[in-house]
Amino acid sequence: MGSSAYISLENVVFSRSGRRIFDGISLDIPRGKVTAIMGPSGTGKTTLLKLIGGQLRPDSGSIRVDGHEVPRLKRTALYALRQKMGMLFQSGALFTDLSVFENVAFPIRVHTNLPEDMIRDIVLMKLEAVGLRGARDLMPSELSGGMTRRVALARSIALDPELIMYDEPFTGQDPIAMGVLVKLIRDLNSSMGLTSVLVSHDVTESLSICHFACIIADGKVIGQGTPEELRAHESERVQQFLQGQPDGPVPFHYPAEDATTDFGLGGKV
Amino acid sequence: MLDHVRALGRTGIDVVVSFGRSGQFLFGVLRGVPKPAVGFPLLVRQIYSVGVLSLAIVVVSGLFIGMVLGLQGYTILSDYGSESAIGQMIALTLVRELGPVVTALLFAGRAGSALTAEIGLMKATEQLSSMEMMGVDPLRRVISPRLWAGFYTMPVLALIFSVVGIWGGMLVGVEWLGVYDGSFWGNMQSSVEFVDDVLNGVIKSVVFGFVCAWIAVYQGYDCVPTSAGISSATTKTVVYSSLAVLGLDFVLTAVMFGNF
Amino acid sequence: MAQRTVESIVGLFMIAGLAALLFMALQVSGLSPKAAESTYTLYANFNDTGGLTPRGRISMAGVTIGTIDSITLDKKTFQARVKMAINSDVDNIPTDSAAVIRTSGLLGEQYIDVSVGGDMDSLKPGDTFYTTQSAMNLERLISNFASGR
Ligand SMILES: Nc1ncnc2c1ncn2[C@@H]1O[C@H](COP(=O)(O)OP(=O)(O)O)[C@@H](O)[C@H]1O
Ligand SMILES: [Mg+2]
Repeated sequence: MGSSAYISLENVVFSRSGRRIFDGISLDIPRGKVTAIMGPSGTGKTTLLKLIGGQLRPDSGSIRVDGHEVPRLKRTALYALRQKMGMLFQSGALFTDLSVFENVAFPIRVHTNLPEDMIRDIVLMKLEAVGLRGARDLMPSELSGGMTRRVALARSIALDPELIMYDEPFTGQDPIAMGVLVKLIRDLNSSMGLTSVLVSHDVTESLSICHFACIIADGKVIGQGTPEELRAHESERVQQFLQGQPDGPVPFHYPAEDATTDFGLGGKV
Repeated sequence: MLDHVRALGRTGIDVVVSFGRSGQFLFGVLRGVPKPAVGFPLLVRQIYSVGVLSLAIVVVSGLFIGMVLGLQGYTILSDYGSESAIGQMIALTLVRELGPVVTALLFAGRAGSALTAEIGLMKATEQLSSMEMMGVDPLRRVISPRLWAGFYTMPVLALIFSVVGIWGGMLVGVEWLGVYDGSFWGNMQSSVEFVDDVLNGVIKSVVFGFVCAWIAVYQGYDCVPTSAGISSATTKTVVYSSLAVLGLDFVLTAVMFGNF
Repeated sequence: MAQRTVESIVGLFMIAGLAALLFMALQVSGLSPKAAESTYTLYANFNDTGGLTPRGRISMAGVTIGTIDSITLDKKTFQARVKMAINSDVDNIPTDSAAVIRTSGLLGEQYIDVSVGGDMDSLKPGDTFYTTQSAMNLERLISNFASGR
């Protein structure tokens, strides 16, 4: 990989409310490929995307996106870089006071001076790509969960970004919507050559579309490689995660003091 | 005991920190002036939802308060045979005090709480984050028009409140209780000074508008993005705005009308 | 709602605000639209001006015809000299009219009432009222009454 890495994290340390979420994580995300980042809930996958997008700053370490050192960027440079990034939020995050059409048009209106009929063409094209051209006049409150996510996807590709980050695109989707999304993600990657980062705890779906995957737990990368390499990984923790076993090296419990003392059962109180 | 002292100290530090954060926040909002072509329509829309939609409650309250002032003023002043001073009393009370203060309190309850809830919900549903990720600064795009809308609409609302109040007072005093309307207006005109009373009242409401809008947008922007967080932020907006308005009113009155 | 509709409603709102300000200026504070309305000066000397203040009202038959410019002490006569600005359109005040200090109500503010005389000549700019009547002083009135004078 080396020079072909679009994003590279080196020794990133990040803590929040005194809890260390990343403890020196290093990771390379190749250009033009679909990379899946998997891990149990609460390991900081969303946080990782926010670090890449520059919404959060790491305590130490380096985060490079397309050659730019994100935490050191000045405001204007950061905002310029973000125009090359699209991010699909877990909830979709559509603007509730704008219609579907206006939601997709929003980034175009803000960042370009295109005439109205051209904006219209681009928006309809993007909506067509996600199969929702007919829903352009609906308000976000009138959409189902799957449609919301597809509109949000159309919005995040409105400006033809180089990088797109998906935060848990599959959670809460019915099998058909899930299939549609999987196909969309793969098509976008192959037709537009987008670098895609896919954050998920959905092992089967993620491994089926990614070129490259890595698993994080306890603030570290515990395994990475192609789907085949991961399936054959010798680490117990990787296997536990991939096969969804409830107990193993990755603990089921959030760190806590010993249960007997907590419940007041430790003899004398 | 030591725990209490420690808690007190921590609260004190928290208060100072939140003042600092809201100041920093205000700086961030005011620093970026959006392009007029983009900013103006946003501002107009916010003036609509912050100002125009508060008009009804302001007009109705103004009318009733003016009528009450008319009734009370008449009962008190007629004991001294000077019920013709009722116009002066109503106008001065409204223009100097009740207009700006009551309007600001109504504003905090009607528009401030709505602003906080709206921004808080935008935060909770990641709309602000997604805007940031699209390379748009939510401070400029979302917060700044709302702050300025408060600044512009409050004096307008307060003036309308006072005018309606004076009209309500006239209704009671002149139409019902039979005060001669020449002396009603004449007394008022000879005692109300445009610069000293009317303009000072306007300055008060500009200050209140700015402070109320600032508190409202800051509480929304800073809230814990959950339903409980938003509801507590909304409550805080109303409580803090009301306290700030009453406190500032005392200070401004002392400076403007104190004569000492 | 369409942006244009919103814009026009907001426009109306702002105009309503301006109208309210105008109402405050003209009707409530009695600011006259002819900013510096032309006036002429008259004087009156009083033994006691009581609570009379500059900018106070001067009325004739209850109608305001001018304002008090200044109140100074005449060191020769030890009287108060009141300088009044009378509206130019009231230019026919008879020379034998009297300037009387009155109180509106029992405790209201004090103003100068011009009680009209019958002379054919009228006061010219810079003239002084011949007859005046000072402020009624409640305390003095009571003490005079008590001492039987
Ligand atoms: N705003 C916040 N303040 C403090 N801690 C947070 C905040 N957001 C997330 N966290 C913590 O960071 C950790 C990682 O969160 P997140 O990145 O959302 O996990 P994931 O997306 O992998 O489920 C969680 O344990 C959570 O408790
Ligand atoms: Mg997450």
